[in-house]
Amino acid sequence: MSIFLDRDTKVIVQGITGRMARFHTKDMVDYGTNVVAGVVPGKSGQTVESVPVFDTVKEAVEVTGANTSLIFVPPQFAADSIMEATDGGITYCVCITDGIPAQDMMNVKRYMMRYPREKRMILTGPNCAGTISPGKALLGIMPPNIYLQGNVGIISRSGTLGYETAAQLKNLEIGVSTSVGIGGDPINGSSFKDILGHFERDQQTDIICMIGEIGGPQEAEAAAYIQEFITKPVVAYVAGLTAPTRRTMGHAGAIISAFGESASEKVEILEAAGVIVAQNPSVIGQTVSQLIGKISQ
Amino acid sequence: MDIHEYQAKEILSNFGILVPPGALAYSPEQAIYHARAIGGNRWIVKAQVHAGGRGKAGGIKVCESDYEIQESCENMFGKKLITHQTGPEGKGIYRVYIEAAMQISCEMYLGFVLDRTTQRIMIVASTEGGIEIEDITSNRPNSIVRSTIEPAVGLRDFQAREIAFKLGISPSLISQMVRTLQGCYLAFRELDATMVEINPLVITNDDRIVALDAKMTFDDNALFRHSQISELRDKSQEDPRESRAADRGLSYVGLDGNIGCIVNGAGLAMATMDTIKLAGGEPANFLDIGGGATPERVTKAFRLVMSDKNVQAVLVNIFAGINRCDWVADGIVQALNEVQVDIPVIVRLAGTNVKEGQKILAASGLPIIRANTLIEAAERVVGAWKNDLIQNVNVRAIK
Repeated sequence: MSIFLDRDTKVIVQGITGRMARFHTKDMVDYGTNVVAGVVPGKSGQTVESVPVFDTVKEAVEVTGANTSLIFVPPQFAADSIMEATDGGITYCVCITDGIPAQDMMNVKRYMMRYPREKRMILTGPNCAGTISPGKALLGIMPPNIYLQGNVGIISRSGTLGYETAAQLKNLEIGVSTSVGIGGDPINGSSFKDILGHFERDQQTDIICMIGEIGGPQEAEAAAYIQEFITKPVVAYVAGLTAPTRRTMGHAGAIISAFGESASEKVEILEAAGVIVAQNPSVIGQTVSQLIGKISQ
Repeated sequence: MDIHEYQAKEILSNFGILVPPGALAYSPEQAIYHARAIGGNRWIVKAQVHAGGRGKAGGIKVCESDYEIQESCENMFGKKLITHQTGPEGKGIYRVYIEAAMQISCEMYLGFVLDRTTQRIMIVASTEGGIEIEDITSNRPNSIVRSTIEPAVGLRDFQAREIAFKLGISPSLISQMVRTLQGCYLAFRELDATMVEINPLVITNDDRIVALDAKMTFDDNALFRHSQISELRDKSQEDPRESRAADRGLSYVGLDGNIGCIVNGAGLAMATMDTIKLAGGEPANFLDIGGGATPERVTKAFRLVMSDKNVQAVLVNIFAGINRCDWVADGIVQALNEVQVDIPVIVRLAGTNVKEGQKILAASGLPIIRANTLIEAAERVVGAWKNDLIQNVNVRAIK
């Protein structure tokens, strides 16, 4: 099994009856993802893409044995849905929703603490593109055809920049083991650091590629973690060299508000930890390719 | 979303924080009238702009007579206040706040922030009030007291007492300080703030703890449940390009360059700006058109980018996941038919339905320059922009 997903992973989609959720559920089913149920309160008995809909996560889990969830619920209700997934026995959850209030996420993170670490649900996102293990399963909104199956693990805050990376790798005939979108919000389920350890233990991953951006402490925390715990080579790119300070650049979390949060400072911190940093977004693929060349020599 | 000082003070006083008596004025006469009602013989006239550093920039004046109030107000109303936070264009002054001057014995700093490392609300306080937190952090780091709040139980009194004692507040004022901290925390939580800053928080000569200044920032994502906060938005304090974008549901940040950018996804938008710079150009804006990029949205984006007179070429970079390339291509064609665009347009599409998208662009007969990769798109847009400049210079020379 790749980290988090494989062909047999039983997936539920929370908010499956929405327009976007329907579109992407079809994409996921077509890709071969084992989508076993949808959850929308008050809509049990309906089906979407032949997938049965349940009123609650608990019911969906009891009937289908699912342990993985994808959330498309609107921002006002999404925090509640994440907590429902946690409480309903889901072990891996991706939240796509953009625009969840930051204090709602603070409450979600606190709520998740009531479960001991080894039983605690792993949450990625919100405001992310999802997770894909090419050739196995798609759990998100990414265009699956841009991913080749292979041995590079991708972790990205930005959705589209993650696609850019995968497409560049594919052009160079380099494949991806799993790509994990961690999202652009200031408080998110998992940080770079949280996902790095999974890739370190994953036998199908040989190189890790992390795509960061301005704002927040995550890249610096990752640098410290890599130095201490990661033996696999890590390539990184940090977006926002031309971004002004104190301005929110689209993602709620992309704002330079303290020392160490600008792109150039993050590049410096990552390089000091031995990470190979691609100097511009067009050479992320090339940087990985050169590294593969060096390893195989 | 930012609000003005007088608005933050009104909110905080509703949560039990003491503020000096004061009132808002839209004219010098109104300010003088309010001064009489406030009483005393010393007042502070404060320009209401969404930026820090007002004192040094001349936006805060101590006045001791009607004449001084009149003069200070005349120097403010209708003028631009340029502080280190506003940029060279400054922010317009259309409102002033006048309040009674306080006799103070001590100034402190108090801030509440959503800390991204602990993912909780953190209190930052210091005995060094009246100067900016960045300067306190670098010059007097030992004066700073921090405390993180457990969201399930909220700010506990013992934590608030701990902060008060560490700041050296005398025992007789401890419970007043605890009330002040609790009030700020409740305001932060109940109104979905992302920042509450009182700088300085002072102890007056008659032993009251008073907020001399106040700043609050709110979570845009939570405004749907706080209509009374949304109403405090002051468009005069925003870049007009950004106000227009916000009204249309687009995420836009105005910059000083001349290559307009229309991109989906915040990270890709930043990377596109970085690549334009690398190719020798300067981006005019950050613009993320987000998921669900309907033709209407793309048209809006073009209108917005074209409304910036500095823009001399446009780069559209779409990597479609949640939005599909054929929709985006439809939008581009529709936009170029509706909006007059007489400058080079470079389009790079990739992702879901990319072939259909390319077909639509090719069949449109519009003079769109296409590119396959990000670097190619950036080089072409910079090349087209430079070419256009040369051609325009030649045209002018012939004329």
